[in-house]
Amino acid sequence: MNFGATARKSLTILTLMVAALSISALPQAGFAQDATAAAPVAEVAATAQPEAVSTAVAAETPAFEHYGPDMIKGQPTSGAYGFQKQYTEDGNYALWMHNAILMPVITVISLFVLGLLLWVVARYNKRANAVPSKTSHNTLIEVVWTVIPVLILVAIAVPSITLLARQFDPPPEDAITIKATGSQWLWTYSYPDNGGFSVISNMMKEEDAIAAGFPGQLEVDNRMVVPVGVPIRFQTTGEDVIHSFGVPSLWFKIDAVPGRINERTLTISEPGIYYGQCMELCGANHGYMPIAIEARPMAEFEAWVRSKGGKTAADLAAEAAAAEAEAAAAATAAAPAPAEAAPAEGAAPAAAETEAAVPAAAQ
Amino acid sequence: MTSTADHSHAHGDEHHHDADHKPPFFARWFMSTNHKDIGTLYLIFAIIAGIVGGGISGAMRAELAAPGLQYLGMIVDFLGGNGEAIDQQRHMWNVLITAHGLIMVFFMVMPAMIGGFGNWFVPLMIGAPDMAFPRMNNISFWLTVAGFCSLLFSMFVSGGTGNGAGVGWTVYAPLSTTGSVGPAVDFAIFSLHLAGAGSILGATNFITTIFNMRAPGMTLHKMPLFVWSVLVTAFLLLLALPVLAAAITMLITDRNFGTAFFTQSGGGDPILYQHLFWFFGHPEVYIMILPGFGMISQIVATFSKKPVFGYLGMAYAMVAIGVVGFIVWAHHMYTVGLDVNTKMYFTAATMVIAVPTGIKIFSWIATMWGGSISFKSPMVWAMGFIFLFTVGGVTGVVLANGGIDDNMHDTYYVVAHFHYVLSLGAVTSMFAGWYYWFPKMSGRMHSEFLAHLHFWVFFIGVNVIFFPMHFLGLQGMARRYPDYTAAFEHWNYVASIGYVIMAASMVIFFLNIIYSFVAGKKAEGNYWGEGATTLEWSLSSPPPFHQFETLPVIEAHHSADDAISPRPASA
Repeated sequence: MNFGATARKSLTILTLMVAALSISALPQAGFAQDATAAAPVAEVAATAQPEAVSTAVAAETPAFEHYGPDMIKGQPTSGAYGFQKQYTEDGNYALWMHNAILMPVITVISLFVLGLLLWVVARYNKRANAVPSKTSHNTLIEVVWTVIPVLILVAIAVPSITLLARQFDPPPEDAITIKATGSQWLWTYSYPDNGGFSVISNMMKEEDAIAAGFPGQLEVDNRMVVPVGVPIRFQTTGEDVIHSFGVPSLWFKIDAVPGRINERTLTISEPGIYYGQCMELCGANHGYMPIAIEARPMAEFEAWVRSKGGKTAADLAAEAAAAEAEAAAAATAAAPAPAEAAPAEGAAPAAAETEAAVPAAAQ
Repeated sequence: MTSTADHSHAHGDEHHHDADHKPPFFARWFMSTNHKDIGTLYLIFAIIAGIVGGGISGAMRAELAAPGLQYLGMIVDFLGGNGEAIDQQRHMWNVLITAHGLIMVFFMVMPAMIGGFGNWFVPLMIGAPDMAFPRMNNISFWLTVAGFCSLLFSMFVSGGTGNGAGVGWTVYAPLSTTGSVGPAVDFAIFSLHLAGAGSILGATNFITTIFNMRAPGMTLHKMPLFVWSVLVTAFLLLLALPVLAAAITMLITDRNFGTAFFTQSGGGDPILYQHLFWFFGHPEVYIMILPGFGMISQIVATFSKKPVFGYLGMAYAMVAIGVVGFIVWAHHMYTVGLDVNTKMYFTAATMVIAVPTGIKIFSWIATMWGGSISFKSPMVWAMGFIFLFTVGGVTGVVLANGGIDDNMHDTYYVVAHFHYVLSLGAVTSMFAGWYYWFPKMSGRMHSEFLAHLHFWVFFIGVNVIFFPMHFLGLQGMARRYPDYTAAFEHWNYVASIGYVIMAASMVIFFLNIIYSFVAGKKAEGNYWGEGATTLEWSLSSPPPFHQFETLPVIEAHHSADDAISPRPASA
């Protein structure tokens, strides 16, 4: 299918983009670590033990600074008529389609029908037209009012199908996975690619939120922090009943269904705070389990990950390399004996030993 | 057929003195087998249910007029809970939205449209003495009443967090199974069983009546469009309701007998319930609007003094809407995690429905075109319907787009859309039908002034309620929320003012009923004059207790153009 090809093409482009981004982000991440580590606690002995940098930073960096109310991007506006401003590419495409195609079409159709009704009222009332016609057929006009709507619908279908194909672009292979689990009545955000930690997010008490300058019933105690500008593999599931993860300013809504994992790519284009809410009736406190996404540049996201005891891609790569090196060393040490033994019986235990050595080395 | 007619004719005169013989009060109203009496019962029932459902929406609009929870505690206390408990207050909100939805769909619109107007006027319009199965007709009505009682009862027993079933009218699993302990949800589900059984029996009755009891000479293509609309509706009911019955029976067994149809941990699937529900649910919305289409066709033709434009196109547009209505259900489920191809299919299929709907809108306007229109109250209501239904219809085209819907799903935009087609569409057509036929049913003329006033106040009120909801939805306000962040206050407050205006129009409606019974003129047989040509206008107002003991004959030389104007041969 056509969109399949499009998807593959954009997948390649996205992969390249992510590769480029992660390459450019790596040194920055390094700088960020150095800066945070050096500035507040200058006498840190980190230099002595380079392997321990990440844990030391996690332990000694002052608490990660969350964005304040000045960084709120996605929230409702009082008295507004239209959509919230969009902060994803797909959202902007959808917004364009709604504002430039759908709205004009439906406005014109409604006004056209209203105009015809008013004309009929003015022209064919019984004083203006005492003798009714007996016309009850006109094949041409019937064909016209069947064919023209079909053409309009086809015109709408083209961008509509394109939009759907874009929304279903799969994330690149190495995209960071974030999983939101809906339960009565809170969200849990898990970061399986960052050491598997998770964050439980409850609504902030309305008075506290307002006092701190945030919108009531939308602010939470722990936001879902995500990297900005890169595709995220975003997954949802439900723990008890069906919930729905909806964020109006990202044109993003996906149900959290027990027993299923729904997956969609999410790429936020600007740093900021984006508010959303549960969008599927889930019991008494359905209205009180809001969503707050905090999109940060990759380096800040990684700093947040470490502040939560998680691991960044660089940490994990370093660990894997260290583990591999140790495993290799262990293998070379262990190799001679079983290699000479009978191949059928000796190989398997040796392999098992080597595998067992890996987690041990990783610690 | 002809011989049957002759036969009836031969006996017609000697039984004539029995035509107006009415049974005593209890037998007449509680054991009724007369289609007009059962129609009246249905209409009275629908008005009572409408007062309850409308009262609930008043409570909801009061609660939403300002941020915070103001009135839910009182309602909890009223229904026997603990009004101090915040969880019970929030649960009560879900109970209110559930009750409002179920009452308005199953106990107000459906009984009024199909049970009320359908029962009254299908036999009259096809020249039949009664429905095919009069006793089944009676049990259909009483099953509906029993269903309503079961639903009301559910509000007084535990539904988990508080009293009542707080699961939404869609009753999604697993909220309705493992998510709601206590008997309230069982009673709510049982109420759907009862109402559904009543509707299935009613549907078989209408199909049998329309296929077998048309007056001699009235072919299918000469039937009035209202009869066509009820025929299509009856088929939708017959095919859709058993699916609902199956789905909610599975809910009952999941809840009580250890099955796991919709429980993922037992190998079931919560989404399966949604597929089954909406396979019923989408035809259901056409069930609610199609009889309205039929009534609007009759009314527009009557007051334009012209036959309906494109009669066959109108009839088969309804058939097409009915057929396509069965293959678009998953557009209610765009965010559950459907496959991209599935979403594309349902987007395309849903937009197709706009075509036959457009044909109907344009055909009504073409019927008026060249007519000599008198703006009596039913006509004003009908024209209001055409405009409001168009507005509700075009937002449906917006929502049909699976990708666009991602940001509108379960927001107030959807609430605005379906209230424009139902509360402003179906209900407006019901008032049109009411003013069109009320004198025929009661024998008393209503006040045209009050009927016009009712229209304008209602028209302003409902638009003030529901138009701002589009804005709220676009800004992201979610459905089924008892409270909201400060930014949503503005339009919610406006909507609540609209409710007060709408409520005032209902006062006018009831005053008009009182006026007509106290001071209304006696209605003639055909009080709308030359434009009113269907068979019910050949009878007195109200018609005799038993009509058409001598079957009318529609002459063979009448063409399809006269389909709406057969004349009783023996009159």
